[in-house]
Amino acid sequence: MMKQWTHIPEPEEQLPDAATERGLLMWLSSVDHKQLGIMYLLASLLFFLLGGLLVLFMRTQLAIAENDFLSPEVYNQFFTMHGTTMIFFVLTPAFLGMGVYLVPLMIGANEMAFPRLNAFSFWMALFGGLLLYFSFLTEGAPDAGWFNYAPLNESNYSTEGIHYYCMGLLLGGIGTVGTAINLIVTILHMRVPGMGYRQMPLFVWMMLVTAFLILAAFPSLNAALAMLLLDRLLHAHFFVTANGGSALLWQHLFWLFGHPEVYILILPAFGIFSEVFQVFSRKPIFGYGFVVASGIAIALLAFGVWVHHMFTTGLGNTVNAFFAASSLLIGVPTGVKIFNWLGTMYKGSIRLSVSMLFAVAFLIEFTIGGLSGISFAIVPIDWQLTDSYYVVAHLHFVFVGGSLFGVFSGLFYWFPKMSGRMLSERLGRWFFWLFVIGFNLTFLIQHVLGMMGMPRRVYTYPQLPYFTLFNFLSTAGAFIMALAVLTLLYNIWRSLRKGEPAGADPWDAYTLEWHAAAPPLLKNFERLPPVRSARPLFDLKHPEQADWKKQEG
Amino acid sequence: MLTPASEQAERIATLTNYFFVAAAAILLVVTLLTIIFLVKYRAKPGDNTLPPKIFRSRKAELFIVGIPLALVSFFFVLTLRDMRALEPGADTQHPDVIITGHQWWWQADYPGTGVVAANEIHLPVGRKVLMRLRSADVIHDWWVPELGNKMDLIPGRSNHLWLTIRKPGVYEGACSEFCGQQHAWMRIRVVAQTESEYKAWLAAHAAPAIAPAGELAQRGATVFQEKTCGNCHRIAGTEAKGDAGPDLTHLSSRKTLLAGLMDNTAPNLGRWLNHPQQIKPGAYMPDFLLKPSEREALVAYLVQLK
Repeated sequence: MMKQWTHIPEPEEQLPDAATERGLLMWLSSVDHKQLGIMYLLASLLFFLLGGLLVLFMRTQLAIAENDFLSPEVYNQFFTMHGTTMIFFVLTPAFLGMGVYLVPLMIGANEMAFPRLNAFSFWMALFGGLLLYFSFLTEGAPDAGWFNYAPLNESNYSTEGIHYYCMGLLLGGIGTVGTAINLIVTILHMRVPGMGYRQMPLFVWMMLVTAFLILAAFPSLNAALAMLLLDRLLHAHFFVTANGGSALLWQHLFWLFGHPEVYILILPAFGIFSEVFQVFSRKPIFGYGFVVASGIAIALLAFGVWVHHMFTTGLGNTVNAFFAASSLLIGVPTGVKIFNWLGTMYKGSIRLSVSMLFAVAFLIEFTIGGLSGISFAIVPIDWQLTDSYYVVAHLHFVFVGGSLFGVFSGLFYWFPKMSGRMLSERLGRWFFWLFVIGFNLTFLIQHVLGMMGMPRRVYTYPQLPYFTLFNFLSTAGAFIMALAVLTLLYNIWRSLRKGEPAGADPWDAYTLEWHAAAPPLLKNFERLPPVRSARPLFDLKHPEQADWKKQEG
Repeated sequence: MLTPASEQAERIATLTNYFFVAAAAILLVVTLLTIIFLVKYRAKPGDNTLPPKIFRSRKAELFIVGIPLALVSFFFVLTLRDMRALEPGADTQHPDVIITGHQWWWQADYPGTGVVAANEIHLPVGRKVLMRLRSADVIHDWWVPELGNKMDLIPGRSNHLWLTIRKPGVYEGACSEFCGQQHAWMRIRVVAQTESEYKAWLAAHAAPAIAPAGELAQRGATVFQEKTCGNCHRIAGTEAKGDAGPDLTHLSSRKTLLAGLMDNTAPNLGRWLNHPQQIKPGAYMPDFLLKPSEREALVAYLVQLK
């Protein structure tokens, strides 16, 4: 009754050989998807520490009213670099890294479709980020904000750093698009026989949708960056109004990319949580088709909502009404997923590992971030609250409480697979609680600051009632988060040296990557169990209660 | 926005309250379900029985799509209603005031009166006021939270904003779109006055600057001329007709200097003239390397400009 083991063919091209390991050179020249995935994650970690350091300086400056710890020049460069770094060089490579590491393993392939393109993409992304940071050695880092509005981004209003912003993002963008193509071809063509679209792990599904989003969104950003470079270097005037250009054109081009980018950074997290909720509730996902369909719906709607970043630019009620409707609508497929995950926990057998703790915290934090997001779709509320600290709070609840919690949850879940060793759950719980407490202390209060009238991106503020108190609490929270990150770093370092060996399947999990050795050998799989449902390893371990029986019966 | 003082701000505050009630209800449901499930379905140590599989439930799916759809539809209708009320359009009307955003201060022109003010914007209460919003350089954003909605000031575009202020008072605001180095010190003071006070203010500010009285102030007026201050600043009734910097005709009537950075006092004015780039780095005011005697005279002249 059990199907024959599926034979996985040897890759045709010779891959670098761990047997003739030559240390660093092996990593630098690697085209192995696992090594590249880890390098992506390390690059992401490097930029995370840099971007985090910047924000500690910023929060110190903002701790009290009319502080002069940082000059306005430096503060503006720091907040620009913080945002640009976290979006383009922390969250993006973190998810792409998890994607290139895990997708082949989860679909039962031994490599990505284009191993060399994989290496090329990674190095482009890394050098894009390094080029961006090189700007600190010039006249000044970019200082016009991460969305870099025209005409402030033109050479007469901002530093030379904007050139590095353009070039860095273009390079990073080439890498991102390359990896997106690679993921799409890999997922479409290299799945193990038996894995149809209904048997694909949800993380793979979300990476597929994300990759299509990247392909459709990045051209708009690249066009805008090229136009800006022409403006700045060759005196074109795409965005210079005095010569007939349009300042708003930048906003349209940027947000046509920028809003899908938000979903590029949240859909992979949705994928991670979908795996984590299943495994640690010991149940299949509640509403598999629903999760997939809502992911696709989000991706399609994502291209019709960008003007909600521009409700105060005076485009008129007709335009605003259209984009209010689409922005309200996109909240629905995003919101329903919360209930898919709650439904997965329902009647489950829940194990509260650190990975699951982050998933559970995400449910609540992301609901807060999603709801505050809805308030920007309601145009009159947006007119009050946009560009205030309420937005700062909102976007951090989404990017941290959503995306970053996804990275952390995935890290604790897959670290044993990547390294062969367990992270300490005890240290992990310290990390979790410190981070969650610090995070909420920092950002909950910022909703109120925004409503009280504090605009975003100010290097200081006057002595108004409660402003110092609330900002001081916010700063304290940031330092608690920094402390938490130190415990995470220690945890990783300690685990790599003397962590408990993990074994191939420490979580009693369901998807194919747990069938590979930990860490996986250069060739991921020699053979695989048959895939007849979305939980092939569950079927293998519980042949009598296999998922496919119920589905087919 | 927590203490609305205009018709527009009240309308937005009401809508925001509706929204917060709905949002709080949703958050409560999610939080409660999360906590209940965690407590109730937490695995017991040593219990290895498999929980039941629940692949899907059509009824539940109908619910979790239906309820959010109904809620967002409700808020969409409210959005349309309030958007029309807040922004009825302004094709033919003449504005009461034209606000021009500069890096990093606000210029207010009152059409038909010749009055030009800076940073302190006087408006009448009790009637609908139309503001035109323009920018001289980069994008700025008008935001006085107690008075309602924001609106961007965009180079090459002309935006507008309707305001019906309920009661007299001083309302603080700030530029809300990042506009460069001193974005933080581009604050707004709206002084809302009764119609008669407002008319009186307009009349007083339509008058040219008073002639300098006293030897020191007269010397200050000469320094002002010699140092070419008039290339950037205007003082009505004198040669100074510049429009790159704030109008100084009635400088002393303002409460603060440099768009909210400090109180408008003679010592502060002296500090600013001494080292502009230390007080507000990046501002377009050059350091004229004034001798102490020149600075003293200039301050004496400027503080008389009531």
